[in-house]
Amino acid sequence: MTNRRDFLKSAAVTGAAAALVPSGAAADEPRQTPAATQASAPIAPREVDPSDGGEVITTDRPGGDFMVDVIKTLDFEYVASNPGSSFRGIHESIINYGNNKSPEFITCCHEESSVAMAHGYFKVEGKPMAVLCHGTVGLQHAAMAIYNAYCDRVPVYIMAGNSLDATLRRPGVEWSHSVQDAAVMIRDFIKWDDLPISLPHFAESAVRAYKIAMTPPMMPVLMVLDGGLQEDPISPEVASRLRIPKLTRATPPQGDSGAVAEAARLLVNAQNPVIVADRAARTPAGVQRLIELAETLQAPVVDQGGRMNFPSRHPLNQSSAARQLVAEADVILGLELTDFWGTVSAVRDGLTRTSRTIAKPGTKLISITALDLATKGNYQDFQRYPEVDVAMAADAEATLPALTEACQRLITADRRTAFETRRRRLAEAHGRALERARAEAAYAWDASPISTARMTMELWAQIKKEDWSLVAESGIMSDWTAQLWNFEKHYQSLGGSGGAGVGYGAPAAIGAALANKKHGRLSVTIQGDGDFLYAPGVWWTAAHHRIPLLAVMHNNRAYHQEVMHLQRMANRHNRGVTRAHIGTTIDDPNVDFAKIAQGMGVHAQGPITNPSDLAPAIARALEVVKRGEPSLIDVVTQPR
Amino acid sequence: MLAPLAPVATAQVQTPSPQLAATPSGNADEGKKLFASYGCYQCHGREAQGSSATGPRLGPKPIAFTAFSQYVRRPTGQMPPYTAKVVSDTDLANIYAFVQARPAPSTGIPLLRDQ
Repeated sequence: MTNRRDFLKSAAVTGAAAALVPSGAAADEPRQTPAATQASAPIAPREVDPSDGGEVITTDRPGGDFMVDVIKTLDFEYVASNPGSSFRGIHESIINYGNNKSPEFITCCHEESSVAMAHGYFKVEGKPMAVLCHGTVGLQHAAMAIYNAYCDRVPVYIMAGNSLDATLRRPGVEWSHSVQDAAVMIRDFIKWDDLPISLPHFAESAVRAYKIAMTPPMMPVLMVLDGGLQEDPISPEVASRLRIPKLTRATPPQGDSGAVAEAARLLVNAQNPVIVADRAARTPAGVQRLIELAETLQAPVVDQGGRMNFPSRHPLNQSSAARQLVAEADVILGLELTDFWGTVSAVRDGLTRTSRTIAKPGTKLISITALDLATKGNYQDFQRYPEVDVAMAADAEATLPALTEACQRLITADRRTAFETRRRRLAEAHGRALERARAEAAYAWDASPISTARMTMELWAQIKKEDWSLVAESGIMSDWTAQLWNFEKHYQSLGGSGGAGVGYGAPAAIGAALANKKHGRLSVTIQGDGDFLYAPGVWWTAAHHRIPLLAVMHNNRAYHQEVMHLQRMANRHNRGVTRAHIGTTIDDPNVDFAKIAQGMGVHAQGPITNPSDLAPAIARALEVVKRGEPSLIDVVTQPR
Repeated sequence: MLAPLAPVATAQVQTPSPQLAATPSGNADEGKKLFASYGCYQCHGREAQGSSATGPRLGPKPIAFTAFSQYVRRPTGQMPPYTAKVVSDTDLANIYAFVQARPAPSTGIPLLRDQ
């Protein structure tokens, strides 16, 4: 056997020798077509040894096979990837040596789709999906989706190909696709990265990367894989050193016992405590733990929706009254809040930007967040500095049992009586809020474009008796689902993108639907039109891999958030809004989303403008989804 | 990339106006066109039905015209100001007529019953 390095050395010599032949001999060679010089050309011709009798280059045990052995111990179900030559070695090992199982290769049409699929998948399954991409152009495409996952505290296990030894690179494209430090471009928004220089090094770093990614606060990690390491045979010396380290997941950090006791004292003695949760429930257990704390205190809960933290129909769910509750509170407990400062403040984006605290003076603020353990400096997703009274650098879900127990120990008979009074008051308020939301939903019920309330409830009517999962909401839609649907289970709401990078919705929904598939759940997404257009090839991925998903579009034919920002600027500058559509709307021509989806092999209907047509369309789409395929309905909607 | 606008204040309450007599007469059909061209629909919906995310419902029973006009000219919440230079008093009266003319919602919609 000859390894890649030796082969390429001989090829390079042959190439140099060929350059010395007389010009007459060169004239007999086939002319190189323009296509052969393009970036998409297969393998640079100069690499091919034209002489007879060259040594056959084979190996039964390339490094990529061992990489697959390691990856299999980490229990990945899938690896999402747009194929690329810098990781052709491990790609081949996955599909042949690994038999394309655990992980199974998911073919993506854009690296942003690969990462966002992994993002959505994690939020259902609770374990990471692997992603393979180029270390250069692949990571560049993937960057925004990686940033979203970072902001959303979601682990994505990224492996990027690279060719380190400059003397062994093929001429042309492989140089363009090589980099000294592939990770530098995304290092500000991942948790850890490494560049293993041997297979034993890979094994240790691969296991370490998984452990780091899965320890709260969870974030993406990156392993850069050298092409030679993937493709070359495993030498006997290296083989003697190969072993796969044991993975032991780190237990999430719990709050300090003294801080927990102080928080319990404040909460039990508070007259108007409020619990605010954003990314608190990492797992289904988190929902139960939050219910236990809320019921122990009979305290209102505001679910900010980063995860499904608290059942929407629970009488203590007071999310629609968040502002009033914060204003009246004497103790506010924030659980994994993205923005505690923003939770207790009001900001006006008017002629001048002003802000004020809406919490009363003296209100005690308690924070539990693992983000206090890992904050970076460049990207500013950490928000303004919150002046809290108790700050636990800890995982909220892991801390909740101790906090609940500490509260239970402090509750006296008097406090229990007060809690019961509070429970009744909050239950009545919850009922009134639901009735108000239903009354508001009735306005513009028969309008065209279709009201978002109507669309939401037409959908709810047909899924509520199924085992459903709302995997994404990529169009901003007046919170109708949170107000009107009955969310009970952790997988029924997955939260948003994290970094507000548009283009998350479709791939994250498809990734989450892939996770739901084996559980037999009905995955549903509300798909924004702007989001759809970022990397629509992901709909082909859904069709190709038979991923069942019901996508109902919130097609307001605009980047509507930006329409409003333009309107705000135009009015601020006293120039009127008549040109605010320029650069912000998606019309003239209207996009035929159904036709695009159909072209990708997805069953699709629309555009639907008559609200009466919606229910039959949903029924037809559900038949398709229940057969195990995706289906999309383009609904032309009100702006919000 | 979207930077969400801050949630709307809930200070605008839709209560029947005691000052309807003082309301200038406006043309609802003309107001409908203006409601679209001035971008009112962008936050309040094409039927003035409102949105919890962007702007409250305005009709069919709007606040008194005096308060309506005052708020449009000098908003205190997230709404951008519409000065007389941008929206004339006549246009504002027409817009007011449009939101007044919005139909009352249907009652007893099956999909909105307790479920």
